[in-house]
Amino acid sequence: MNGDKVTIWINDDEYSVDPEMTVLEAAQEAGKDIPTLCYLKDINEIGACRLCLVEIENTGKLAASCITPVSDGMKIKTNTSRVRNTRKLNLEFLLSNHKIDCPTCLKNEDCELRKIAEKLKVRENRFEGKKSSFAVDDSTPSLFRDSEKCILCRRCENVCREVQSVRAIMAEGRGFDTVIDTAFYDNLAESPCVMCGQCSLVCPTGAITEVEYIDEVWAAIADPDKHVVVQTAPAVRVALSEAFGNKPGTIFTGQMVAALRKLGFDRVFDTNFTADLTIMEEGTELIKRIKDGGKLPLFTSCSPGWIKFIEHYYPEYLDNLSSCKSPQQMFGAVANSYYAEKENINPENLVVVSIMPCTAKKYEAQRPEMEGEVDYVLTTRELARMINEAGFNANELKEEEHDQLLGVSSGAGAIFGSTGGVMEAALRTAYEIITGEELKQLDFTEVRGFDGIKKTSVQIGDLNLKVAVANGLSNARKIMEMIKEGEEFHFVEFMACPGGCLGGGGQPLPATEDVLKRRMDAIYEIDSSKKYRKSHENPYIKKIYEEYFEEPGSHKAHELLHTTYIYRGI
Amino acid sequence: MKVVEKKNEWQEKTEEIDNILKNYKDDSSSLIEVLHKVQNLVGYLPKELQKKVANSLNTVPGDVSSVISFYSHFSEFPKGEYQIAICKGTACYVKGSQKIIEKIEDKYGISAGESTEDGKLSLEVVRCLGACGLAPVMTINGRAHGLLNPEKAVGIIEKYLNGEM
Repeated sequence: MNGDKVTIWINDDEYSVDPEMTVLEAAQEAGKDIPTLCYLKDINEIGACRLCLVEIENTGKLAASCITPVSDGMKIKTNTSRVRNTRKLNLEFLLSNHKIDCPTCLKNEDCELRKIAEKLKVRENRFEGKKSSFAVDDSTPSLFRDSEKCILCRRCENVCREVQSVRAIMAEGRGFDTVIDTAFYDNLAESPCVMCGQCSLVCPTGAITEVEYIDEVWAAIADPDKHVVVQTAPAVRVALSEAFGNKPGTIFTGQMVAALRKLGFDRVFDTNFTADLTIMEEGTELIKRIKDGGKLPLFTSCSPGWIKFIEHYYPEYLDNLSSCKSPQQMFGAVANSYYAEKENINPENLVVVSIMPCTAKKYEAQRPEMEGEVDYVLTTRELARMINEAGFNANELKEEEHDQLLGVSSGAGAIFGSTGGVMEAALRTAYEIITGEELKQLDFTEVRGFDGIKKTSVQIGDLNLKVAVANGLSNARKIMEMIKEGEEFHFVEFMACPGGCLGGGGQPLPATEDVLKRRMDAIYEIDSSKKYRKSHENPYIKKIYEEYFEEPGSHKAHELLHTTYIYRGI
Repeated sequence: MKVVEKKNEWQEKTEEIDNILKNYKDDSSSLIEVLHKVQNLVGYLPKELQKKVANSLNTVPGDVSSVISFYSHFSEFPKGEYQIAICKGTACYVKGSQKIIEKIEDKYGISAGESTEDGKLSLEVVRCLGACGLAPVMTINGRAHGLLNPEKAVGIIEKYLNGEM
């Protein structure tokens, strides 16, 4: 033994490793490539798929490396013919009960099962037999489930359980009839699923995917009577280019705008603009609640997954939610009123499309309280597919800018795409409105970063504002329990997805920790390069209040920019 | 599927159910134990009752239905007055229990896991009753009957139905 390390041999090379490691972790650290399918670090380590098998010479046995701890003197072989053949056989068994639908499957190029079949060189379908038969679930506008493509890896179940604490889907039944499903085999729409789509990010097959609306959008663009405007969410521009082979964290705003024009949208606007508008309304709401002794803490309301979560699991706190619509829905409302009036467009001929990093936004757009404001929501992944379908290379496009009026935004709007961003944007504006003084230090670094829960207090004049930020719904649940136990805050930001929208369920695959970190860095880079970094300084925000809403929280603002919530329970 | 769904029958036993549940408040790790007790009391575990158990143990309905759909002992539907459990373990299977199952299914119009419309019979297929020397074996309300063939099995069931056993 070497200190607190253990000595192991991998393919005859000696390594000194941490005794807490699994064989897989040790092998990965040593640069050995072991195929994995069900494995998801810290979330799904159950040794179910049997593709990460290695041979342990000491025992003569094959072991699933993802769940086998290292031990001193262990001799591991990762590439014997026995290992290769057994991995391949196990994969063939998985494929024998998989609906093989590859050319028409939405997952297609992103399918891990397909990639691993190539990697392990499966060349024939040896085990043709009875396959499990399940109905598809197309009950929601967000997520589509085809359990005949499911290989029961349990990633979705455990992301839903561990990362999100939603527990909407789990294994039902037994043996050949086992299916990942909702309680009582109901469909997703009847379940407490929040539509966040984290399951669709980790599904290694096409068993859970977003619901595509690409054809509907093409049809709107092709219709000469329709005026089609598009809005782009803050987190899309820092992730879209990954789908075109660029490195994560590439800022692709200009190419994205150019691509959208090329696709045929009549105006390319920005959700960042209505993020600024959200800050005006939500900041005002916060100040009003503090001054008038209103319900506190105030909870943010931008994340539709979070909204559905609180409606199911903490409905007794609905009054704490900001009444502000999300930036997506504010855009829809403003496009159909202010913009349509200004441009003299009949709202019936106006089609509003959103590009979102989010599957829950599809569901949000169809909520009855806000129906008709946003017509179609495409995820970042769908936009990439649409561009590929159109047949041009987005990487080669010359950068263009968003259209004005609803397209100019501040750095505060940009950071909405990251966890902590809404909080920081709100603090920048609230500080100046409350104190009447200029905020010198704009970066509130305490609310930045990937920590699941961030708490801090900010001195604003006489007020010591206590704030908290949660990302990932299991962290949201923790903060809700803290509040239940009496911990006091003034303002809490909640984002359903880990990392905030940049880790949204509609973003390009794969969404690893490193990828998310690069996207976050890019978002703060956009912020720091902006001319205006506070929402209330955005000249087009000033203009929309002068010309239309008069002031934040006005009667008209309430009519168009605010909403209500539904008591759901579980 | 033919099932006898006597609506809300279990609600007459709400007080007794609550007496069971109150000992396991928020203790989701006792789920299986609680399900045994509640099923022993009510006879089956309908959806609404599963939700009630989930709520009391501070878990979600899906985690309850997941357990119930895994273990064949637990039933979402009421069982018959006479509960047939027929063994399809290795010994019984080799000795022809499949033919007996088919015969019963055919004669009484039920599949495994179902009950007859009149609520008299329910059929369950189990793996090994631990009486392989008597294969093929079935139990009716827990009483074992061995060395069966399809005709003999039906004959025994008829005796139960006629009150002769």
